[in-house]
Parts: sequence; structure tokens; C-alpha cells
Amino acid sequence: MSNQSEWVYTEKVKDHFMNPRNILLDESTFAEDGKGIVGNIKCGDQMIVYIKVDKEKGIITDCKWKTYGCASAIASTSILSEIVKGMDVEKAYHLSPKDIAGELGGLPENKIHCSVLGDKALRAAINDYYKRNGMAEKVEKEKARIVCQCMNVTDHEIEHAVLEGARTFYELQERTKLGTVCGQCKEEAEGLLRDYIKQHFG
Amino acid sequence: MAEKRVYLDHNATTPLHPEVKRAISEGLENFGNPSSLHSFGREARARVEHARETVAGFIGAEPEELIFVGSGSEANNTVLSILSCPSKNCCYTPGGGTDIITTKIEHPCILETSKCLGDRGIKISYLDVDEYGKISLDQLKETITEKTRLVSVMTANNEVGTIQDIREIAQIVHEQGALFHTDAVQAVGKIPVNVKDLDADFLTISAHKIYGPKGIGALYVKKGAPFCPMIRGGHQEMGRRAGTENTLGIIGLGKAIEMREKEMEGEHTRLAGIREALKKGITENIPDAHFNGHPTDCLVSTLNVSFEGAEGEAILLYLDLEGIAVSTGSACASGSLDPSHVLLATGLGAELAHGSIRISMGRETSMEDAEYVIDKLPKVIQKIREMSTVYKRRVS
Repeated sequence: MSNQSEWVYTEKVKDHFMNPRNILLDESTFAEDGKGIVGNIKCGDQMIVYIKVDKEKGIITDCKWKTYGCASAIASTSILSEIVKGMDVEKAYHLSPKDIAGELGGLPENKIHCSVLGDKALRAAINDYYKRNGMAEKVEKEKARIVCQCMNVTDHEIEHAVLEGARTFYELQERTKLGTVCGQCKEEAEGLLRDYIKQHFG
Repeated sequence: MAEKRVYLDHNATTPLHPEVKRAISEGLENFGNPSSLHSFGREARARVEHARETVAGFIGAEPEELIFVGSGSEANNTVLSILSCPSKNCCYTPGGGTDIITTKIEHPCILETSKCLGDRGIKISYLDVDEYGKISLDQLKETITEKTRLVSVMTANNEVGTIQDIREIAQIVHEQGALFHTDAVQAVGKIPVNVKDLDADFLTISAHKIYGPKGIGALYVKKGAPFCPMIRGGHQEMGRRAGTENTLGIIGLGKAIEMREKEMEGEHTRLAGIREALKKGITENIPDAHFNGHPTDCLVSTLNVSFEGAEGEAILLYLDLEGIAVSTGSACASGSLDPSHVLLATGLGAELAHGSIRISMGRETSMEDAEYVIDKLPKVIQKIREMSTVYKRRVS
């Protein structure tokens, strides 16, 4: 009977969980060029990503992090910090949750949101770097903005649900599962729902 | 591999008692159907009825008041389903109440069945609990009406170990003329439970929480109490639960109870000492730890503790790497995204609910095990806090 059979996670996740790389133990020892924070404790996950950038080459030279969360959240941030070292900032900017989960050899379905947080924290850190260095124009307006952090539902999906016929918050939840975990996004989602209904069906 | 393996998840399930193993092995030779009239059947029947007498005697019931069922969950479902039976010939009391009162900290098999009954039009009220997990007798008195048919309150909570004032609760319920059920799965075999003394109409027992096999439980139904079978189509269990008896399971439950009768009292004192040592060790070695559950009315085998800035699934898995098995109220470990409904009901904040672990001890737990935990746990918490976005204080 192997030990790993008792784990729902891959060996790679286990390795990064047991020996997390690049944790920032003391913020005062690291002069970062960009810092991004995402997630919230209510949902059980929060991440902070710190990056250093070689400004001439546009390459990420160092990446440190802190995470409050489960094994897959810890492993996701740990492996992310390894992947992006030496990576072109532009390329790092477009890392997807799938890339991170892929590097870990996959995550259980109910843990995918952990890797979603990782790439968002990195993007927030790069945005911060851009802003600090007079490159605010590079801050991409997120093609779609995530409204419900827990279920990873974007404003585009809300708009889509409205176009498909959702008119009440309950109908929106039925279609998108939005706001079914911590419920913090309810107010914002209701506002967007009203706006999209007005915009499209006035 | 870890230095040693320490099992501290007895509220989830327990290892078989050696005597239970022996009894089941012996029972394997006897394959007869207890319903058969020939000698093979009669031998099986004798074993089943012997077990029934043992279990009934242990809780102060008559043998015919005890029904063997497939699990504690089945027993709980059965009791609630009595309320939803629309047959006038069954147990339905014309003009009587149909409302149900239960608590916010019941096992999901009560909560989800209640919700389903609610969807079918039965009024369900959920009593609150205080910070220690106790319901308020005053709130019960305010909630109960002449329309109340059944009140179901668990004897001891599986997550925090809090023991309710069952006798007082039953008294209030009966004064109003309603029926009283208690899910005593975590209590029978750990603390004295006597149905006459508590005055319960229904009481749920499970074997695998007390060193018996999985897949067998028992439901006490007071003589004269209304009853409606959930599984129909057989005369077994006096027509109250169809299906050929799980003879090996029943033999195992009977032996498990017999052994509890012998070992319970001594174990209680021993575990109380180990629990105190654990509590002291955690308090002295880990800052910002919060103990959950009632300070005195609590199972001595259960210790539920939350750590600021540390997430429960991470704690559980780091402890697992050290060979220590506990459980957690964190959302991440449960497969859902919500932390423990019991801890939230006690008013604990989301961070502490996510950061909780449950240490549940048993007959094989030793002081050495507690020392091993006290050696490993502080390092695990420190490691998690060092990488935590939330925990800022006192990290050395």
C-alpha cells in the first residue's frame, strides 16, 4: 500500500506542499517591484505575490509569496513562484490557471479555484509593477472581470446569463452558481444584473 | 514514513475491538437466515436476539424496543420519515401536529432530511446554540407549540463534543405533548445513556463509533410510540425494518456494547487526563489557539481547537505526513466550500472555523500519543503561519 494512494493530490503537489519554495518570511527583507494580493479569508484562501523585475530586459528575476489556504493553494503559489522566475513579464502576465494546474500535474476539480487565485495574484503584482514604473497604459483592462471569487464567475458571464433570460438574482445563481459560497458578491452582482437588463432590455 | 502512526479521528470511526473481531469471526461459521425455522436459522436467530438483549439492556430499554438498522443515518432518517408518512393507517395522528424542531448543529443526515421535509411543506425550526454549542432551553420553550410533532436534538456533538441537557429537553418536549428523538451516536458507549432516565421516545445508536463494525446501527423506539417503517416488505424486526438481518453486524454491535459496558468507565478517567495534557501542551506551546466546545459538558474523547492564521486542511495534511490522523472543520477538506456548520453556529468567525482541527481519542489512545502530538503540532502551526498572509503576530 503506497502512501501516495491516500492523497487526493499528485506527487508534484505533495512535494510543493511539503517543501514550499520562495516563501517571503519577512517583508522588510524584500524590496519588491510589484505586489499583488487576492482572495479573502472568508472563503478560506488568500495569496500575496511579490516580484522583482529586470526593467531593461523586462524579465521577472525573483518571485516570493505568502498564502493562507489549503495544500493546493500552497502548492499553486509555490510552483507559480518557480515558473515565473526568468520569465518575460508580458508572458507571465498571460499565464492561465490551467498552466499552473498543469505544472502541478492537475488538481481536484473542487480545488481549481486555488490555481485561479495564483495567476490573478501574479497579474495583480505585474499591474502594480507597471503602475510604479510609469507603464500604466500596459495595465490591461481585464477582458473579463471576476465578480464571484468563489465560483470564478465574470461580469461577461453575468451579461451572457442576462442575454439568455436571467432576470432575478436567483435565476442568475441557477445559471452561473454565482454567490453560492460566501455570498460577498451578491450586492455587486445584483447591481450588474440591473445594469445589463437596463442596457439590453431597457 | 512518519516515526509513528497516531489515530486521533475516533469520532469519524474506530478500529474493531479485538473481542468484536473474535465474535464476528465465530459468527462467520453460522450462515443461517434468522427467519428460517430449521436449526441453522434458529442458531442465527439466537445470536441476533442475544445481541438485541445486550444493546437494549445497556441503554435501559426492552429488547422489543430496539430495531437493528443499517447505520445511524438510517435510524435518523427513519425517525424523521415517520412525520412525512401521509397514510392515515400508519402513524399519522389526525389533527395532531406535524412541525419539527431540531438544532443547527445536527449531523447532515438530520439537517438534510429536515430540509427535504421542509420542501414538502412541513414546518421545520432550527434552534440556535451558544458559543459552547449548547441549545437554550428558553428558546426551545418559545419555539415549541401544540403543532410540534417531533423534537430532535443530538446528545453529544460529533465535531465539538458538547453534551446537551437531554433530560431537561425531553421534559419540555413531553410537557407540550410532542415526541422526542436524540441522535446518540457519539454518546452511547462514551457517557452513560439510559432511555428511561432521559425519557426519549427515539434514540439512535451506531456500532462503528464504538469499536463495532460499519454498516450497522440501532434505533430505540419507545413502546407505544408511533412508527412507520422506511424500508418495507418484510416481517424482520417486527415488521419495522424489512431486509434479512445483517447478522455479523448485529453480533459485532452486541459485542461492542458488551465491551463498552466493561471498559467505558475506566476509559473515561484515563482519556480525561490525556485530554487535559493535550490542552495544556497546546496552550503552552502554541500561541493564539482557541478551544471550541463546552468547557465542562463535553465528551472527554473530543478536543476541537482553532488556530489563528492557519488553514485546517493544511494542518491536517502536515500532521498526516507526521503519521497523525485528525479531522478539520475547514471547507477545503470537506469537498464543499463552506467551513463547519457546527462551528459557524457557535458564532466562530470564518478564519477560526477554517483553522480548526478535531482531535478525537479512543480506547487505544495513550499519553505517549498526546506527547507526540504536542511535539509535532507546534512545528506544523509555525510552518503554516510563517507563510500565512493573515498571521502577523509572534512569529519567531
